[in-house]
Amino acid sequence: MTTQSPGTPPAAFEAIGLTRSYDLEGVSVDALRGVDLRIEQGEFVAILGPSGSGKSTLMHLLGCLDRPTSGVLRVGGVDVSTLDDTRLAELRNQTIGFVFQSFHLLARTPALDNVALPLVYRGVGRSERRARAEAALKAVGLGHRMGHRPSQMSGGEQQRVAIARALVGDPQVVLADEPTGNLDTRNGEEVMNLLERLNADSGVAVVLVTHEPDVAARARRQVHVRDGLIELDSRSRTAPAGTTEGEVG
Amino acid sequence: MRTAEALRMALEALRVNRLRSTLTMLGVIIGVLAVVILVAIGTGAKNAVEKEIAGLGSNIILVVPGQVGLGAAPTQSRLDLTDVAFVRRVVGDPSKVTVAVNSGEPVRVGRNEVFATLTGTDENMPNIFDRPLRRGRYMSATDVDTRRRVTVLGSEVAAKLFGDVDPIGRQVTIAGVRFRVIGIYETVGSTFGVARDQEVHVPVTTAQRLIGLPRINGIAVGASGPDEIESLQSRVVAALDARYPDEKFSAVTQTQLLGTIGTVLSMLTGVLAAIAGISLLVGGVGVSNIMLVSVRERTKEIGLRKALGARQRDVLWQFLIEAVLLTTIGGLIGILLGVGGALLIQALSPVPAAITWWSIALAFGVSVGVGVFFGVAPARRAGRLDPVVALRSE
Ligand SMILES: Nc1ncnc2c1ncn2[C@@H]1O[C@H](COP(=O)(O)OP(=O)(O)O)[C@@H](O)[C@H]1O
Ligand SMILES: [Mg+2]
Repeated sequence: MTTQSPGTPPAAFEAIGLTRSYDLEGVSVDALRGVDLRIEQGEFVAILGPSGSGKSTLMHLLGCLDRPTSGVLRVGGVDVSTLDDTRLAELRNQTIGFVFQSFHLLARTPALDNVALPLVYRGVGRSERRARAEAALKAVGLGHRMGHRPSQMSGGEQQRVAIARALVGDPQVVLADEPTGNLDTRNGEEVMNLLERLNADSGVAVVLVTHEPDVAARARRQVHVRDGLIELDSRSRTAPAGTTEGEVG
Repeated sequence: MRTAEALRMALEALRVNRLRSTLTMLGVIIGVLAVVILVAIGTGAKNAVEKEIAGLGSNIILVVPGQVGLGAAPTQSRLDLTDVAFVRRVVGDPSKVTVAVNSGEPVRVGRNEVFATLTGTDENMPNIFDRPLRRGRYMSATDVDTRRRVTVLGSEVAAKLFGDVDPIGRQVTIAGVRFRVIGIYETVGSTFGVARDQEVHVPVTTAQRLIGLPRINGIAVGASGPDEIESLQSRVVAALDARYPDEKFSAVTQTQLLGTIGTVLSMLTGVLAAIAGISLLVGGVGVSNIMLVSVRERTKEIGLRKALGARQRDVLWQFLIEAVLLTTIGGLIGILLGVGGALLIQALSPVPAAITWWSIALAFGVSVGVGVFFGVAPARRAGRLDPVVALRSE
């Protein structure tokens, strides 16, 4: 159904009939019930839906943290069912950056080392790790906070450290699960600006999970999820740059 | 991920949880400490006893009535001086055979009195035992033959009775009978708890009259070399057994004594080390426990690391290194404290302590091994954690 013409790059993600059920004390819970979704390289997509609709489950599948119960998932053209756990870990490490609602930083480890962590698992040497982590922290405006520990930082700063960590390895995609969920409006705004800039400047695809419509409105495409199914897949009329106009209505 | 990286990560984790790391190490520290100290004491005791036996003299065979062995009751002696003469004929060289009669007696000079071991012996004693004189002379054949009341004093007896005064030629009263001091021995220490510096030696004939019994306690034979010991030993025992068909005689050599006592003390040291080793094992169980708790507590961290690209083996390695580091550092601290403790015991108490390299190497090896053994299960659990479950846990 989704054939690929020669010459065009493979889609960042291509899901066909994706399902995921959990076994809860003998009762089967269907978190995803057959999702078809194609996300191209460089896209900025918001996944919207009420709580419990399956957004995080979908994101974990796209991020290769979890395996589907049935269906096919291709990441960068590679069918993930052909990969063992080690290869999945390498795929995550090299192509995907994660941003979580609750930041997930090592609380007592300096920001710089937190940001450099993905490079540790890539086998990058210490001095290069340092240099790249410094650059990433500067890119999110935290060049002056490199030695600070997350426990000494505000929520907004912590989420910016997490974004630096997501982009330090030059990923093809950043998956952000409710990145503004724990932040006030001003800090949420700042995080969204960073993600937008990341997408615009480096061509990194951003997949943003949220249940807040005004956050979702900043993406160029909105995928609405309900009860484990895609209910609506819509694109903003507005041009990629200068999104402020689109927010007025 | 490189090993150096994993090591740095593990050290960081231990540093962050400093108090818990220290408490966990404590079990290993105590176990290693106990192994090192107990082995040092056991080895020291063995060395001391061996030195004592070697200090007696060389190539000595002690002939005593009855069976000699651990737990055998001492036998009433039926030997007398005719048996000594008999053994002399068997041995061939009379000067290589001597005799001992022992009895505890009070020894007095004026108002000074000490309780000493009265030993009746003869002029051949210095040919067989290592018993150098400080002053004066040994007893002579004439002293023995004519039952003279002369005595050679152990250094401690001489010092207690005479103080700074030269005792040679002076009188002492042994069991109420007056003796003339003809010599003083050098200080030689004790053997098997026998304080040899508290002995007073008199001619065996004089001693028998003083005690009122014609018996002797034992005969000592000096072999001319190590090669001769065994044949001489069996020859003497066989001859005595033939002479007294109803009785048993035993002859023990220094080598046999050294062997027996050495074996007993080595066994004892081994048992002590094993007991200490068990405590080390218990320490290892503690490490395992804490690591399991740590894995549970750090579920989110593990999930995050996996999301960022840590492979199963990276996480396993990280936690295994942490466990091994815990026990290894604990082991090193235990060794340092153990060596320090052994030196302290050596310096401050009469217990001899000898630090042995093998006990240190063993303790170190076991602590590393305990870390690997008890670290594997928690580390595998950490490595296998499902990243989604780990990340969702709040
Ligand atoms: N590990 C799990 N075991 C059982 N049910 C789960 C598990 N994870 C998620 N679910 C269920 O799957 C559904 C979708 O959850 P989730 O993807 O977290 O939704 P969302 O992120 O949209 O709020 C929910 O009903 C949730 O209870
Ligand atoms: Mg969610």
